[in-house]
Amino acid sequence: MRKISTGNKAVAEAVALARPDVVAAYPITPQSDIVETIAEFVAAGKLDTKYIPVESEHSSMAACIGAGIAGARTFTATSSHGLAYMHEMTNWAAGARLPVVMANVNRSLAPGWNIWVEHSDAIQERDTGWLQIWVSTVQEAYDTTLMAFRISEHNDVLLPVMINLDGFTLSHIMQPLDTVEPGDFIPPIHLPDPVDPAHPAGYGTITGPADQFRFRYKMEQAMQDAKAVIAETEQDFARRFGRTYSAAEEYRAGDADVVVVALGTLGKEAEVAVDILRDEGIKAGSVRPRWFRPFPDLDLAGKELVVIDRDYSFGFGGVLAHEIRSKYLTKVFSVIAGLGGQEVTYDDIAEFVRKRRIGEEFWFGVSDHV
Amino acid sequence: MFEVRIHSRGGQGGVTAAKLLAGAALHDGKYATACPFYGAERRGAPVVSFVRIDDRPIKIYSQIREPDLVVVLDASVMETVDVLHGLKTGGRVFVNSAHPREFAGYRAAHADLTGIALKENLVVAGSPILNTPVIGALAKAGIVSPGSATAAIREMFSDERNVRAAEAAYREMSA
Repeated sequence: MRKISTGNKAVAEAVALARPDVVAAYPITPQSDIVETIAEFVAAGKLDTKYIPVESEHSSMAACIGAGIAGARTFTATSSHGLAYMHEMTNWAAGARLPVVMANVNRSLAPGWNIWVEHSDAIQERDTGWLQIWVSTVQEAYDTTLMAFRISEHNDVLLPVMINLDGFTLSHIMQPLDTVEPGDFIPPIHLPDPVDPAHPAGYGTITGPADQFRFRYKMEQAMQDAKAVIAETEQDFARRFGRTYSAAEEYRAGDADVVVVALGTLGKEAEVAVDILRDEGIKAGSVRPRWFRPFPDLDLAGKELVVIDRDYSFGFGGVLAHEIRSKYLTKVFSVIAGLGGQEVTYDDIAEFVRKRRIGEEFWFGVSDHV
Repeated sequence: MFEVRIHSRGGQGGVTAAKLLAGAALHDGKYATACPFYGAERRGAPVVSFVRIDDRPIKIYSQIREPDLVVVLDASVMETVDVLHGLKTGGRVFVNSAHPREFAGYRAAHADLTGIALKENLVVAGSPILNTPVIGALAKAGIVSPGSATAAIREMFSDERNVRAAEAAYREMSA
């Protein structure tokens, strides 16, 4: 069925299809619509889920962890300060190898008090062991949410997944959405060693220097193994529902001389800039990494790269630019744009490409030399 | 691509009008996106929302700067907002108004959506509902087909007064 939906509603509907056992959440702009919609499904009897309205995001993740240890399928959603407040527990969920699925609606962190899109909130969770993906359309938000449960709960992975969507720009935009009947696309959850709540037991959680590194190494192994699980899940999704996804979306990049790399809606709007540049005779293309952790294998050899970051690591630079420079041992034109919801149009992106200076950093709206 | 900017006041249903218009375009077999501009809006303050309609999937998320059509649900916003800003040369302006409005260089049309809403008793919290009748007016303007307008309204509202209001706006809108 095709209808008009916001990004937030699309995530909530996909979560309902996945039938989580537990949803624990605390509202925050611009995410609230997701958990409110799920709460309405539960209240109306459409969804048999234990919905726990907690008093903070730290508790929402703690509740997902507790339920997850007992083998439950869990979901939560947050944004910005909520994610930051959750940070201690996001480490715990990944370290305990619990397949929590979370939607994070990207939003700037205060101060200044700003509710608009920025990727810094999720980027600050980069090293926690969560799989992280950025989506760019309402349909992709819906489809990816469905796939996230299957990937996260796969016994080769058993790591939590964070689905990132741009605050307001995607969370509140209304686009066409084709809904699906998932059938058995998401198999029942079967964690290897769930705690039996009737006979709760554990053993000492102190893990000494002789073992902790083994757990960390296994997390990295699972992160690498996740690449095959992701690919297999995306292929099965395409077979069943006809929509194709991959670790990164390329647009006219094959024969391109210069490639724009950006996450989320900026990466999608870059495709419009590419068409404009091609009409001018500039052989441009774009690559939009969907997955950020595990970081995908991109085909960027021999291209000039214009990397747009909607985040910043103070004292170093844009984080996406940093990942690409270090992984591919190449120089890039690093553009810092769209922080705090700053408007960035396809014309602006085309201009970044026309005026690119490989090896330099450019702050859109601040630097005066583009 | 056809781009529409809707001017209203917070609480008047401009965002819902954008969603209805996008939904009607979908019924016409087109692609459409609708988005509100989220600022520090509050009830009664001037707000804008945007609709893009195209034959191909729409990849643009930035705001509409040069609309083909401007819709003004509350004529009083024109006292403080330049609703013609960026409007394409020869573009169209629709105003919720009981009498004709002139905009030099643009094609203007009007209908008394407020009167239509009051006649159908479409009033919520003391405010006449404008988002369903305006879709009838936009169908008359050829932006969406009348059948798709009705279908989109029925998907969102079970109260048939909304459909009757849209039909009245379709009949009453100036050419």
